[in-house]
Amino acid sequence: MKDKLHQLKLKYQGKKMAPAFNALHTFLYTPNETTHSGSHVRAADDLKRTMNTVILALVPCLLFGMFNTGYQHFSAINGFPENFSLMEHFLTWDNLWVGLVTVLPLVIVSYGVGLAIEFLFAVNKGHEVEEGYLVTGMLVPLIVPVDTPLWMLAIAVAFGVVIGKEVFGGTGMNILNPALTIRAFLFFAYPTWMSGDKVWVHEAVERAGTADAISGETVLGSLAQGSDYSYSLADMFYGFIPGSIGETSTLLILLGGLFLVFTKIASWRIMVSAVVGALVMGLIFNGVVNAGWLPEYSKFYTLMSFPYWQHLLVGGLAFGIVFMATDPVTGSQTNKGKWYYGFFIGFLSVMIRVFNPGYPEGVFLAILLMNVFAPTIDHYVLKGNIKKRLKRFKTATIYPKASDEVDTLKTETA
Amino acid sequence: MSKDIRIRKGLNINLVGAAEQTIAKAVTSNVYALNLDDFHGITPKMLIKQGEDIKAGEPLFYNKNNEEMHFVSPVSGELVEIVRGARRKILTLKILADKEQAYVINKVPDLDTADGEAIKSYLLQCGGWPFIKQRPYDMIADPNVTPKAIFISAYTTAPLAADADFVLKDKEQEIQAAIMGLGKLTPGKIHVSIGKSSRSPFNDIKGIELHKVSGPHPAGLVGTQINKIDPVNKGETVWTISPQDLVMLGELLLTGKFNAERIVALAGSVIKAPKYYTTKIGAEISTFLYASGVNEDRFRLINGDVLTGSKTNTEGYLGFYNNTVTAIPEGDDYEFFGWNKPVFDKISSTRALTFSWLQPKKKYDLDTNTNGEHRAFVLTGRYEEVFPLDIYPLQLLKACMVKDLDEMEQLGLYEVAPEDFSLTEFICISKQPHQQIIREGLDLLQKELG
Repeated sequence: MKDKLHQLKLKYQGKKMAPAFNALHTFLYTPNETTHSGSHVRAADDLKRTMNTVILALVPCLLFGMFNTGYQHFSAINGFPENFSLMEHFLTWDNLWVGLVTVLPLVIVSYGVGLAIEFLFAVNKGHEVEEGYLVTGMLVPLIVPVDTPLWMLAIAVAFGVVIGKEVFGGTGMNILNPALTIRAFLFFAYPTWMSGDKVWVHEAVERAGTADAISGETVLGSLAQGSDYSYSLADMFYGFIPGSIGETSTLLILLGGLFLVFTKIASWRIMVSAVVGALVMGLIFNGVVNAGWLPEYSKFYTLMSFPYWQHLLVGGLAFGIVFMATDPVTGSQTNKGKWYYGFFIGFLSVMIRVFNPGYPEGVFLAILLMNVFAPTIDHYVLKGNIKKRLKRFKTATIYPKASDEVDTLKTETA
Repeated sequence: MSKDIRIRKGLNINLVGAAEQTIAKAVTSNVYALNLDDFHGITPKMLIKQGEDIKAGEPLFYNKNNEEMHFVSPVSGELVEIVRGARRKILTLKILADKEQAYVINKVPDLDTADGEAIKSYLLQCGGWPFIKQRPYDMIADPNVTPKAIFISAYTTAPLAADADFVLKDKEQEIQAAIMGLGKLTPGKIHVSIGKSSRSPFNDIKGIELHKVSGPHPAGLVGTQINKIDPVNKGETVWTISPQDLVMLGELLLTGKFNAERIVALAGSVIKAPKYYTTKIGAEISTFLYASGVNEDRFRLINGDVLTGSKTNTEGYLGFYNNTVTAIPEGDDYEFFGWNKPVFDKISSTRALTFSWLQPKKKYDLDTNTNGEHRAFVLTGRYEEVFPLDIYPLQLLKACMVKDLDEMEQLGLYEVAPEDFSLTEFICISKQPHQQIIREGLDLLQKELG
């Protein structure tokens, strides 16, 4: 097998289809490439391993999302169970089956369309297929509502990969997080579909207007309408609430985040500062409410009086902080810059969430906004380093050259 | 008086096959060769023709840009071959050695009374100058520029490299002479760094500023020490010289003889009995390689250490600046599912199902496989963990790649040499050629700004 593939690789060498073949080949076998210049030995990790680690961290969220899809579906029809038991009501075959038939197609469409475009561009431009989409393709189904039509998702993925990534030069060159570009496209292109109380529960849209009508409002949705929600804090933390597929379980997101920090793949600086930023903004809102500056009839009242730390438990904030804000390509690239970058993501997320009239969620908008500002943040961090160097330069000891009048003239004019 | 430098950021790469601290004498080589690639940026002008005889220490060629700068022959014999490449560029000079070696004995300047100019022209004439390198640009020092300081690192942290303390044993006299000579070439200090508890001969040398360094690699790289002691500013020049070359300079200043002899560490997992050999610059590597024996048929032979050395083969010759020869297995084989299996037998700076963090002291047998393909820069914040210099490595690399001269200057390209980026290159998950990028950046900066 190994030798046969090697022969095939040699056959494809220099041909147009070589990148496509190599992409598949390198999945089976790490290539036989050896060092040519510089260091003769290299560390064990490559981009595939890195991306694989992120996917491993996402798998629990995906599995939970599948069960939760079924759980929300049946609960919306039959009502929530009174004495909830994890094994009896949540981890059941029925729940999983509903999850599989709704979530798996989303995963397949996301990967299928995205990777097809990646391969097309690689073959067309003659470069290797880079692994960036492996994570994007997994993130996309986790951040969309369960009943997103597949054709919408396909269009959004095509838009996100081409406009969000390939036009900038592919993996490593993009300015905006591709997964969030896809999410934003869905939101702005199909706003009536993507918001409201129907898309969060499987089959809610089809049943609307019939006798079997069901609905499931997210916690944030209820808050935005000033109404109450029926979920306990534990429900929110463990994730037994409606929402985008992968975003509901704060517990599993937290575990995934710890795994990514431990493996040194994602930046703990961004995660910590984003949490701090969200708490600060939440505290400010709570403070405004407590000070009595906001009349109770204000449409922001319920969202602003929502306890500051609970913002982390609902909506996509935790998921965004752990898996999207930490995207190294679109985030701040300096360690110092990451503190500012993360802080503003948390801060703005909660702010947009509260003030966004049409749609009570702001994480993806906040991250996309900060993606745009990340290079600016880095620019100022680098400026600091450059200034330090310039300051040192003032005390530089430069001895005149022994000969060369030209050179002394040069330094004088400079 | 000594000052302590503690390096925290870095990574020790522990490999199997460290040279045992015993010295054997290598068989005398028949042919000696100078590889012109060792002298970066030098355009040679030959002083003797093919077929002519030459003595050890007699000039072979000079630098086209500076006629005083001579490069001398390490041995006496006949110049048998001038290997040329594209556009007749000289690649290698091969000298068939005489049975009886004849040396040129130069008239030595009096170290107590001679001034800097006398020392300088003596070193230029007698072939000692090329051992002195400069920053910026990491090349042979420009004799027209006075350096603000000279840096010497006698602390070894590079994987499998020759241990400085061991090879410098009993060389106090030569070192002192070289320090006295070099001291006249700069109004600044001569900074020498040694290991924290090292019994280095530098402990007793006068006329130097001694620094005691501790920490993981790259603490032993001279670039790290320059950055911590007295970084290079725009327009400034510092010189660096390796301690073993210092010994050769010292002998040249004391006896007038260019003695190309040096102690070389032969190391690596492929070598059966890794140890030290006395041989000469330009000697055939096979003269000592097979004395220690090799385990495998196919292996990578490296002139230098595994991070910064240059590729050679069993017909190769010891490089001008090298005192380490390393042999490691070639890794041109496929590995089934190599990208997602847990990894126990390779070094990694992450913990992404790689387990080298569990046993930081374990010795590894690494091969030359890249463990992945070349990709765009993706991860950030990784290089900073192994890069102790006050420089933003990723941003500097990118500035070099896009040839942004202003930014290259502002972010500190003057301060670095390619070897400073050897460790970031090692851990790079995108498998980018960092040292090559920096080298090209330095060449461009020099060309544009002189």
